[in-house]
Amino acid sequence: MKHVVSIEDLDNKRIMGILKRAKQLVPVAEGKKKSKALDGKILAACFFEPSTRTRLSFESAMQRLGGTCIGFADPSATSHLKGETLLDAIRMVAGYSDVIVLRHPHEGSAKLASEVSEVPVINGGDGAGQHPTQTLLDLFTIKEEIGKLEGLNVGMLGDLRYGRTVHSLSQALDRFKAKFYFISPKSLRMPTHVTDELQNDWSTHETLDEVLGKLDVLYVTRIQKERFPDIEDYKKVAGAYRINAEILQKAKSKMRILHPLPRVDEISTDVDETKHAAYFRQAFNGVPVRMALLEQLMGKKK
Amino acid sequence: MSENLLKVQPIRNGTVIDHIKPGRGRKILEVLGLSGSGTTISLLMNVPSKKRDRKDIIKVEDRELSENETEKLALLSPNARVNIIRNYAVAEKKKIEIPKVISGTVHCPNDNCISNNERGSSTHFKLLEHESLRIQCIYCGRKIDEDNIEFI
Repeated sequence: MKHVVSIEDLDNKRIMGILKRAKQLVPVAEGKKKSKALDGKILAACFFEPSTRTRLSFESAMQRLGGTCIGFADPSATSHLKGETLLDAIRMVAGYSDVIVLRHPHEGSAKLASEVSEVPVINGGDGAGQHPTQTLLDLFTIKEEIGKLEGLNVGMLGDLRYGRTVHSLSQALDRFKAKFYFISPKSLRMPTHVTDELQNDWSTHETLDEVLGKLDVLYVTRIQKERFPDIEDYKKVAGAYRINAEILQKAKSKMRILHPLPRVDEISTDVDETKHAAYFRQAFNGVPVRMALLEQLMGKKK
Repeated sequence: MSENLLKVQPIRNGTVIDHIKPGRGRKILEVLGLSGSGTTISLLMNVPSKKRDRKDIIKVEDRELSENETEKLALLSPNARVNIIRNYAVAEKKKIEIPKVISGTVHCPNDNCISNNERGSSTHFKLLEHESLRIQCIYCGRKIDEDNIEFI
């Protein structure tokens, strides 16, 4: 059985296969074409913490392929609060479904679930750990926007310390020979457990200005208030990393900005109208990418 | 080696843990809970060694180590040797090895790891590096080295 717990479970060939299929599935994701590929199949969305975007895009993907969804969006509606273990919940749900999407606040929960589940488990985010379908949709967006994945200059900006999307994405892009520019305040730098593993060049910067002109992709993450004990410190830092259309005049015309959303004010709305803004297309891309993955896990072998 | 062993009385039956990394003997007694076991135990520290400069030796009377204890010992001092003594003679020499997957002996230091939050779950670590010991939790991916290992 093929569980998808971490992006490391997928080799480059399989990643490219998913991205290629995702592109073919875009018209189905848009509702312009119909598919019955997963007719009769059931997806169970087990969300032990809320994540509207991940859950809705999985459910949309499943239904666009002719399948149906069951599940819960919040553990307060389940026996979890009565003290049921994750493994008991997974054994039960595996009996009701053909694939499980698990979102859970603790790192490693998808791996643990995959040890007992009789149907494939897809990790929909486990604490500060992995969220492989987010990484896949980020890769798909970069490939579609830039035209390739190999050898890009990738800037990552904002909260690089706690932002798990940038950790997994840098791991994945490293396999495609990216050169990284990590731009953040000192206190939110990319952790060494990520940079130690990188095979390709990377550098850290405190301002976007010094590297902006080199970038093919700029991946922006939100700096969260909770990370700063002092609100004044937060305001100063957040202000220094805000992007607007004027700043972007120094960027290459083909440079694209990605953001996992939701954004607060780290990207000014005047950027939305520029050719650089790719984040809304990125959010849509969650659907075809998840369709391609679901089809691969449950569809008929060709 | 026989000279060194003469410094304390030879044991009739039991276990001699030899070639322990110098200074690690006390930690091994503590982790294996040997001092509380009621049997006679001798700890020799900084004994001159032919193989390395110095070593610690532990002698435990009337007791052999379980597999779980040997696994912990391997993590604490990978080059140690375990000799089983029966009737004053070495009956068995065991070379200890760190298993590729270390199960149920080491605690994951990440409080948010599922192995610390799921009732009834066990811990599993993958062996990354043998020499300068490094292991990784198979659930949350946290890596730990020799100095930060906490045993269950």
